[in-house]
Amino acid sequence: MSEAAEIERNVPGLALYTPRDASRLVARVTAVDAVGLEERAASLGRRSIKRGSKLWALDLAIRSMDLTTLEGVDTMGRVVSLCAKAVRPDPTDATIPSVAAVCVYPQLVPVALGEVKGSSVRVASVAGSFPAGLGPLSSRLAEIREVVEQGAHEVDIVLNRSLFLGGRYAACFEELAAAREAAGEAHLKVILEVGELGSYDRIRQASVLAMAAGADFIKTSTGKIGVSASLPSALCMMEAARDFFHETGRRVGIKVAGGIRASKQAVQYLVLLYETLGPEWMTPELFRIGASSLLNDILMQINKERTGRYQGPDYFTID
Amino acid sequence: MGEIERTATSALEQQQRVWEYATAPEARDIVRLEDRYDLFVGGRFVEPRSGRYFETINPATEEPLAEVAEANEEDVDLAARTAREAWEERWRDLPGKERAKYLYRIARALQERSREFAVLETMNNGKPIKESRDVDVPLAAAHFFYYAGWADKLDYAFPGRAPRPLGVAAQITPWNFPLLMCAWKLAPALATGNTAILKPASTTPLTALLLAEVIEQAELPPGVVNVIPGPGGKTGGWLAAHPAIAKIAFTGSTDIGKVLRRNVAGTGKRLTLELGGKAANIVFEDAALDQAVEGIINGIFFNQGEVCCAGSRLFVQESVFEPLLDKLKARLDTLRVGDPLDKNTDVGAINSRDQLRKIEELVQSGLEEGAEMYQPDCDLPERGFWFRPTLFTNVSQSHRIAREEIFGPVLSILTFRTPQEAVEKANNTEYGLSAGIWTEKGSRILWMAERMKAGVVWANTFNRFDPTSPFGGYKESGFGREGGRHGLEPYLDLDGASAEGGDGA
Repeated sequence: MSEAAEIERNVPGLALYTPRDASRLVARVTAVDAVGLEERAASLGRRSIKRGSKLWALDLAIRSMDLTTLEGVDTMGRVVSLCAKAVRPDPTDATIPSVAAVCVYPQLVPVALGEVKGSSVRVASVAGSFPAGLGPLSSRLAEIREVVEQGAHEVDIVLNRSLFLGGRYAACFEELAAAREAAGEAHLKVILEVGELGSYDRIRQASVLAMAAGADFIKTSTGKIGVSASLPSALCMMEAARDFFHETGRRVGIKVAGGIRASKQAVQYLVLLYETLGPEWMTPELFRIGASSLLNDILMQINKERTGRYQGPDYFTID
Repeated sequence: MGEIERTATSALEQQQRVWEYATAPEARDIVRLEDRYDLFVGGRFVEPRSGRYFETINPATEEPLAEVAEANEEDVDLAARTAREAWEERWRDLPGKERAKYLYRIARALQERSREFAVLETMNNGKPIKESRDVDVPLAAAHFFYYAGWADKLDYAFPGRAPRPLGVAAQITPWNFPLLMCAWKLAPALATGNTAILKPASTTPLTALLLAEVIEQAELPPGVVNVIPGPGGKTGGWLAAHPAIAKIAFTGSTDIGKVLRRNVAGTGKRLTLELGGKAANIVFEDAALDQAVEGIINGIFFNQGEVCCAGSRLFVQESVFEPLLDKLKARLDTLRVGDPLDKNTDVGAINSRDQLRKIEELVQSGLEEGAEMYQPDCDLPERGFWFRPTLFTNVSQSHRIAREEIFGPVLSILTFRTPQEAVEKANNTEYGLSAGIWTEKGSRILWMAERMKAGVVWANTFNRFDPTSPFGGYKESGFGREGGRHGLEPYLDLDGASAEGGDGA
């Protein structure tokens, strides 16, 4: 029995859909009105939260963070230092929690695993011809299997936009389902690359397709193109996840990534999450922020909330 | 950070407890309340000849805010004669661009003092600060800006005609958008060269009086705008009956509108009425449901539903009734009802005890007639006038809650099967102010809009206002249009037929 089949037994709702359902699934996804969606996202972005809640939110933002480095120039040294930061974001303050995971390229997975050993930090790897996702399917699946075999806890893959935008939903679904199987026990995050999908309708359809094919998380962006996560696109995905939960009983996580640099943005995403999916989703199990430079801004804000003063950037380590 | 729990899997309850929106009240100190407000007549504040003052309160707390002068028949007469004299001597013949200058001044002053106006509006009306801040005050300023632009272009607005002002306009405004309605009335009246007497609603006179202060500071010629608070039945009645009045603009209830129309009959006075409504919000199965939910919520809970064009009847295509109802209920549960001055508040206080009683009575009738009620389980403040956001299902066309204007946060939900049925049911009302259509199909929007007997038809949105767009009703929702180029017409004599307006008394 394959691992995927085992998961299907254990995860409610996962066995509900097959590639044959893909076109029907996409066709009946409810429409999204761009004006209304953007208005709602903007109005939620204006909520103000209590100081105590803000500290809690910033704490959650750290605990939900996938501290990421995805550059061609990533070296062992770079990953070692990133992992140190992930485990102890603020070496002078033991009350600051570790981040959820570090996210690296496949070649650096063993390095990251060695560095986070003994901590709660997980290792996520991109795989499947990141970021375009258009390598041969066999090699993409092999890449997923390999990073999982090496010990990666989580795998971030990209949606095949070529198939999806070409309307080949069954093929797209099959690929995702195969990736799901290849990832086995590892958490599978499917990157929709919202900036390339062209409309909120498409974002919602892609969300549904990825969730039905077994994604544990749906993720906004690779961070490799000009348009990354935005409040409306994240809201659109959250609404899809809410309806999917309603229909199948399965909770799918949301990961926002790309261009999130300020604490204020992180808190706005948490407001959206709270209002749309509720408190059940406010955990690293179901929410992630992919970021590289956000962490220091959060540390700075926490410090400011506690002391009432801002400290200069040199008081926070650059890793 | 002692209060923060860091166990990786915080208990759900803990999260709910920890995640609270800040009580983020707007500071009240920006508003400098007088103990007493006098009448504004002839460019200055004067004691009322009536010698009487009435109390105005904050409906969210029931605490008194100030005493306001009550205009009696003598006060009305003085205001009318002052406005007439100002029209003849200081305003009628002023070049349009000069009139525009004053309107621009008022608009800018509204913007400069926007926070003050917003806080005062919220204190006197009970509406959430986020609405007075983001809707009422900016829109009021926008109306003055917009009509300032028309003041010197009237000949181009009506080519080939000879637009002339009418004289003194009596303007009676409601309590649901106290400042905004003053702007809707004053801006076109002044732009077209009329002078005005404003009678603000008796429960919400304060922003109109603050506007009078702004008008005084803008150095508008004395008597061009006069503000005389008082009870609608008395002060409003005397005002409408005064012979110096050339035009009456009224926004308020259909009952009073009917009285006014009877009284004005045969006098030659011009009249526009903007009255009640029972708008249909129609959701088709192909609509963007999540955004439709937002539109429905906005349509009926904006300003506690105290909106003449509120989407108080929801028509849902039967095939999506259940999912839509689930979404609506879930969304209702997230509405924050409470302190109107809190920036996170979605639904504020009902404006008066009388209005609250009326809402309660109609809701009771809904229950008695067999409709099914849903209300979120939210805490309401102890003092003040409050009503929970309410949904009714199992409603039929014949129920009172489907026919009568409730003017409160109460939505009646009905279903339909075909577009034809939707049109038939939606138009089956004595009112005709507004309607909403939710569908992704453009051709259906046009098909529906053509058939809706409503002054405004919104497509995939609701309660959207703009000074450039005319607003007004069909049937018992009144007649005449406010806003846009259309909004100039009720204040103009286009054919020289009644060039002198009023009888000059």
